[in-house]
Parts: sequence; structure tokens; C-alpha cells
Amino acid sequence: MDASLFTSMLFATVVAGTPLIIVALGLLVNEKAGVLNLGAEGMMAMGAVAAFAVTHESGNPWLGVAAGMGAGMAMAALFGVLVLTLMANQVASGLALAIFGVGLAAFVGKPYEAVALQAVPPIRIPFIADLPLIGEALYNQQALVYFSWALFWGLLWFLHRSRAGLVLRAVGESPASAHAIGYPVIRIRYLAVLFGGAMAGVGGAFLSVFYTPMWAEGMVAGRGWIALALVVFATWRPLRVMVGAYLFGGVMITQLFIQGSGLQIDFPSQLLSSLPYWATIVVLVAISRNRNTIRLNSPVSLGKPYRPDA
Amino acid sequence: MLELEARAEPSRLMSWASPLLAVALMLVGGLVVFAALGKDPVEGFRVFFLNPVKDLYALSELLLKATPLMLCAIGLAIGFRANVWNIGAEGQFMLGAVAATGVALYFGDSESALVLPAMVLAGAAGGAAWAAIPALLRTRFNANEILVSLMLVYVAQLFVSWLVFGPWKDPDGFNFPQTRMFAEAATLPIVIEGTRLHFGFAIALAALVAGYAFMNRSHAGFRMRVAGVAADAARYAGFSAARMIWLGLLLGGAAAGLAGMGEVAGPMGQLTDKVASGYGFAAIIVAFVGRLNALGILLASLLMALLYIGGEQAQQYLNLPNSISMVFQGMLLFFLLGADVFIHYRLRLRRRGA
Repeated sequence: MDASLFTSMLFATVVAGTPLIIVALGLLVNEKAGVLNLGAEGMMAMGAVAAFAVTHESGNPWLGVAAGMGAGMAMAALFGVLVLTLMANQVASGLALAIFGVGLAAFVGKPYEAVALQAVPPIRIPFIADLPLIGEALYNQQALVYFSWALFWGLLWFLHRSRAGLVLRAVGESPASAHAIGYPVIRIRYLAVLFGGAMAGVGGAFLSVFYTPMWAEGMVAGRGWIALALVVFATWRPLRVMVGAYLFGGVMITQLFIQGSGLQIDFPSQLLSSLPYWATIVVLVAISRNRNTIRLNSPVSLGKPYRPDA
Repeated sequence: MLELEARAEPSRLMSWASPLLAVALMLVGGLVVFAALGKDPVEGFRVFFLNPVKDLYALSELLLKATPLMLCAIGLAIGFRANVWNIGAEGQFMLGAVAATGVALYFGDSESALVLPAMVLAGAAGGAAWAAIPALLRTRFNANEILVSLMLVYVAQLFVSWLVFGPWKDPDGFNFPQTRMFAEAATLPIVIEGTRLHFGFAIALAALVAGYAFMNRSHAGFRMRVAGVAADAARYAGFSAARMIWLGLLLGGAAAGLAGMGEVAGPMGQLTDKVASGYGFAAIIVAFVGRLNALGILLASLLMALLYIGGEQAQQYLNLPNSISMVFQGMLLFFLLGADVFIHYRLRLRRRGA
């Protein structure tokens, strides 16, 4: 492999992994508070379409990202009302959110299907972007790539070094005890759910405004579900989310590079495109086969409704 | 202030009333949506909700649309009852369609009366085989069946597109992603002359009856219901969790595969890359709105079919994208999940500090 190919593959891997990192880290916080939101795909789709529409109308991609974040949060709020206030089943409500979000996004996005956006130029970090091999790939990137790294470090600190993070984890492990000590369990869970929605919205915005500056129905293509799988794969640890997301990014772009390389290989492109989905299944199996890994690491109250007895 | 207060026992009345309440709320929501889109709400209501039931032909189209929904939903309901979350009916539907298409393409010209029964079997087997993957990975490796079955939907979609763009493409099809039309012997007979309603509808009704019998009259069905309501009790009683996972997924997959077979051998008459068009996902809503029982699913599938056709009508007459159906379908499920809270809780007026 020559150096420039390596650099461009690394670049593409980082780009492909970024939305997964942002969404999966949001879901991780969500799940650490004990709430399982399977609606990530729907929140991403809404984030993507809102960001695209606002960017298209205003010409400002950052307004677009803000709109995507807002749309994701609005969807998450809907989910929150169902499962936190009305104590509906989390699995069913999450599925409803996924189906509804994808449908609503298709509906809202119809007028934007044939429009393209101007590509947003990357931000070059002086000096380190000149590093050989990796400089161009890592430090001449979209702003949201740097955001995903900041999010990772911020979350590491928040979850393991801050008091608020400790409270969040307590709410996910044992809501009854957290309530007994006097923490507002439901309010904290709302905040976590809204954070998850905000990040899913930003992830969607990254897809439609930066990654492929366009909107098409179904463009999220299962990334919300893959992000959910990533959180399990990472056993609820931010570092493993990062590693996993880049592995997936690598799988996604490898098949693109093979298809685009002009190598005359006799393998149909559609079957090659299914690789990331098979990869998701394989890692799920790899991590789940030891029952204890999941049992020891998942937040104890994950998916269980909690209602403080007044 | 208003407060939710736990009921001593779940309300039987509310468990029946809440789907009706959800439908009513969805209709009101529909009026709001049409008004918000700048359409006359009354006209919108008429086009969306009344056009699909305006005459016999419209009704036959409604039953036609309800057929795959009913089939997929009854299969899913069996699993859902035991907390086996098969979300991949969409993919199992496609694999059923592929298997049936294989039979039709290779044996359809033989004009044998065995072609259709073989297609029915192939459809069910194809769907079940696709569902066997999450069942195996769940029982053997503890891998979450929600995520695995869902990933396989994307794989199935890509597989179907490969087939219809590649080896099975109709050579005289002007490069459209579709197979050639099936021969007469590989097409389901029409049940009402002058409509498109085919024999698959009868199969779907039979599946509903079979599903009812399985869930309410068989020991395996009983075990699955117990497992869904009280997992610990089921474990204590020695019911095998693995067997339930296998049963739930295989039956769900087979039913979805049958639905796929019904589409290619019925209204489509060929395999295209748009074969599933969301039926497998919509069936999840049907199963929930139908309260996971056969009669409920029958009614819910008719309602969901109405929303599909309403969307097509809205596209034709109101110039709205037909994805508006999905908005209504999602709204329906949300309202249902919200209304369900009153099964276990009641509203109580309480003064602050009291």
C-alpha cells in the first residue's frame, strides 16, 4: 500500500466513524442513566433532514447542526414523555420512535431530495497537519470530527471524575437508592435522554451536511442501530466506543475502496455493501457470547421503568 | 394537580379502550396535520380516511394491503408475547419472496399444479431460515435478537437488489431492477373477479386462526405467554427459554416469508427491489395496536392498510408525499403507547401538599 492511499483510507475511516462515535456516546449516557432508547435511527433521520433543510435555507451549516440537534432532542423528548412520565414499555416506544422518525423524515425531506449543498471545507490544524502519513488524515478534518474527540474526553471526565457523572451512574444502577438519597431520578433520566437525542441529531446532521452533502430517504442506512450495537460491543465504555466506531468506519470504507479501486474482482457490489451489517452481527456475537461480560457491565436498571413512590 | 395513581389491578376496560382512544387521537391529529400543511382538513380527512373504503373495489384493495400486514403481525405477536423481539420481519419477508421467486423462475413454466404449493413452502422456509440466524445467535451466543434481526434486514435488501440487478434480471425488462413476470402456474388465483384480491388473503386468515389456536389453545403457546408475563415463573416451571426463542423467531419468520411469497405471486407477479416496502416494520405496529391477539391484529391490519392507501390517495389528490402514511402510522403507535398508561394507572386530582 502506498503512503497516499494509506492517508486517504485513514481519512475516510475517521470520517465514517465520526457519526457513529457521536451517536453512540450520546446513547451511552442515555443507557448509563438506565434508559434504553432504541429510536436512535429515527432521531438521526430527523436530525439529518432538519440540519439539511436549515443549512439549505440559511446557507449556514452551523445553524443546520443546531437544528439537527434540536430535532433530535424534540424526538427524544417525545420518547421521554412516553417512557418516563407515562412509563410506557421502553422497547416498544423506542421501536415506535425509530419507525416514526424515519417516516417523518422522509415526509419532511421530500422537497429536498433533488438539492445538493455546498461542501463545507475542513479545518486545518496548523503544524500537526503537516505530520507525514497521519497529519492530513487526522488534523485536516471537519470540525465535527474534532467535536467527537472533545466529546469523548469530556465524557470520560464526566462519567468517572465528576460528581454529576457519579449521580448519573447511580440513577442507572439503582434508581430506588438514588431516589432515597434525594436525587430527582426522573429529571436526571430526562436530561440523559435529551442528551442522547441531541447527539443522535448531531450525528444525523454530520451525515447530511458534511459527509454526503445531500438528503435522501433512508440515508441513515442503519447507522442508528449500529450505534446501539456499538454501545453493547463497548460494554458501556467510551474508549471502546471510539475503537469500535473506527473499526466500523474501516469496514465501511474498505468496501467502498474495493469498489472504487477498479480492481477487477468478481464480487458483486451489493454483497460487498452488506459487509458492515455482517460485521455488526459478528462483533455482537463476539462480545455477547460470554454472558457475564454483558451482565457485569450493563447498567443494572437498563430498560426497566422506575416510578418514585411519592 | 393531576397525578397518576397506580390501579390495584390492570383495567380490562382500558386494555380494550386504549386502541380505540389511540385511533380517535390519531384522527384528531390527522386533522391538525392537514390544517398545518395548509390543506382543507375536511377534504384531507375525506381523501385520506374515506376514499379507501368508498366502494367494493376500494375495499378489495384494502384487504389486499392488509394481507401481508396480517401475516407478518400474527407471526411477530407470537414472539412478542414471550418477549422475543423479532424486528427483522422486513428481511424475512424479502427472503420468503426470494425463495418463492426461485421456485417460480425455475419451475413456473412446467405448468404443474405443484408449483404454487411449492412456492408457499419455499416462502415460509425462506423466511424461517432468515429468522433462524438471530435465533441461533441468541440461543447459542446470547447475541441480542433485536439488533441481529434488524441488521439482517439491510443484508436482505442488498441481497434482493443483487438478484434483480444481476442474475435474475429480466433480460427483456429494459434494465429495470426486476425479474420476468411469473408464469400463470406460479401466480396466486384471484378470489373476487374484477379485483386484485388473491388467494393469499385466505392464507392470511387461516394464519390468524392458526395463530389464535397456537397462542390460546396449545401448551407451547401457553408457556410462551407465561414467559412473557413472568419470566421467573416460567424459568421456575422449567420452560425452556431457548425453545421459546426458536419458536418465536421461526414462526415469525415463516409467517413473514409467506407474506413475501404472497406479494410476488399475487399483486406484483415478479420480484423487484421494492418488494417489502415497509410491511415488516408496519407489522410491528399492527401487532401492538392489535394487542398481540388474532382478532385485534385482524382489525389493526385493516386500519394500517387504510393508512397506507390513504397515503397513496393523499399523494394523488392532495399532492402530498405518500410517506405521510408512515407519519400517521407512527402517530397511532405513539398514542397507543401513551394511552396504555391508563391500563395500570388512573388520573387522580390531588391538591399540592395533601
